[in-house]
Amino acid sequence: MRYEAPKTTKEAATFLKKEKGDAFILAGGTDLLVKMKLGISAPDLVVDIKKIPAMNAINHNASGSKIGAAVSGAELGEHKGLSKSWPGVVEATNLIGSDQVQSRATMVGNLCNASPAADSVPAMIAAGAKAIVVGSTKRRTVPVEKVVTGPGQTSLADDEVIEAITLPKRGKRAGDAYLRFIPRTEMDIAVVSAGVNLTLERGVVKTARICLGAVAPTAILVPAAAKAIIGTKLDDEALDKLAAACSAACNPIDDKRGTIEYRVRVAGVLAKRAAKIAFQRAGGA
Amino acid sequence: MSSVLVSTTINGDPVEFACPPEETLLDSLRDRVGLTGVKEGCGTGDCGSCSVTLDGRLMCSCLVLSAEVEGKQVGTVEGMVQNGQLHPLQESFIDNAALQCGICTPGFLVAANALLARNANPTETEIRYALAGNLCRCTGYDKIVRAVQVASKEMRKKSKKTKKK
Repeated sequence: MRYEAPKTTKEAATFLKKEKGDAFILAGGTDLLVKMKLGISAPDLVVDIKKIPAMNAINHNASGSKIGAAVSGAELGEHKGLSKSWPGVVEATNLIGSDQVQSRATMVGNLCNASPAADSVPAMIAAGAKAIVVGSTKRRTVPVEKVVTGPGQTSLADDEVIEAITLPKRGKRAGDAYLRFIPRTEMDIAVVSAGVNLTLERGVVKTARICLGAVAPTAILVPAAAKAIIGTKLDDEALDKLAAACSAACNPIDDKRGTIEYRVRVAGVLAKRAAKIAFQRAGGA
Repeated sequence: MSSVLVSTTINGDPVEFACPPEETLLDSLRDRVGLTGVKEGCGTGDCGSCSVTLDGRLMCSCLVLSAEVEGKQVGTVEGMVQNGQLHPLQESFIDNAALQCGICTPGFLVAANALLARNANPTETEIRYALAGNLCRCTGYDKIVRAVQVASKEMRKKSKKTKKK
């Protein structure tokens, strides 16, 4: 195995392009090193992105936010501005693992590991986050929901690396929230999860994005659930419609963590609760 | 396979070693640097026995490649002893019988020390959350939590005294 720690994203992409064997990006290593230890991955090349300045930066201002791909969960949680504007995204990321894991794990790593149960992903998708993707020859910007294509699979080309995640500009009457169900108090993998992001106008929901995790091969955006609450004051009827739309959108598996029936039902319940929190955070009564 | 040369600082001392690029910090600390306080429990970041600090942040050394610590500051349990004196947390773990077999203890000490560095007076809940990344199969955790509470009280008393002087 070779270890490279380039100083620019372009160099990182070029290393990936030139490698004929298996090449992996190393950010926090909380998935990659586990896979190496378990013998699931045997990289010929590891490209450490933590020496790339653009990957380590958080930019947060009136026009939006940009979070570098190497920013750890702990660093994200310590950023007051981001935590205020996007509490759902920050909380979702901070739910991943222990303090030890938080010191290393990154949002982009969570995204590219492409687990259907990744905690930060539904929150990012609900937030309308985009990934800045850098290849050896060109850059592109992709909505986060277009990155993961299936369990362990992404739409990134072999020579592409995500440099940062951008979050849109945040108005005053806006709020987001993320909830996950696990059978313990923490340190577990989501059985079902829900991210909700909404904006209000005169106390009425003006825009909404609702995304579910762990109930399909990828996190899924549920436009019908958003439609159910847009134009309402999040009354019980709207919430019930939202829950029904979420349950209808589920396509989960049966496994030791939960049955299909359980996941379908809980998806609606969690989405409802997350919507209430987001509504309250947006200043809704 | 070519090895990588790593220059780093461990517990304040400059250290240099060469290792294969895929070697973890855990293995280098134990087998090359001779710091065997760091233990391998699971090797996959679940148990926290290999906890160290890297530039002040708590992490599992089994999930860090040694090549990554070039130019960084590594802290292990061995660095908690100052001038031959056990750290108040170490004293408290002994006084409160917060260990039995001892394999997890260095990891708990490093994690508890990292917690007290950012929160000198944590609640029981805060202690339990901060130590959730460390597993102990002997104590049932209560004695560990108590030992951290006692040590944090001692340390606050001491820092008050130093301030008065």
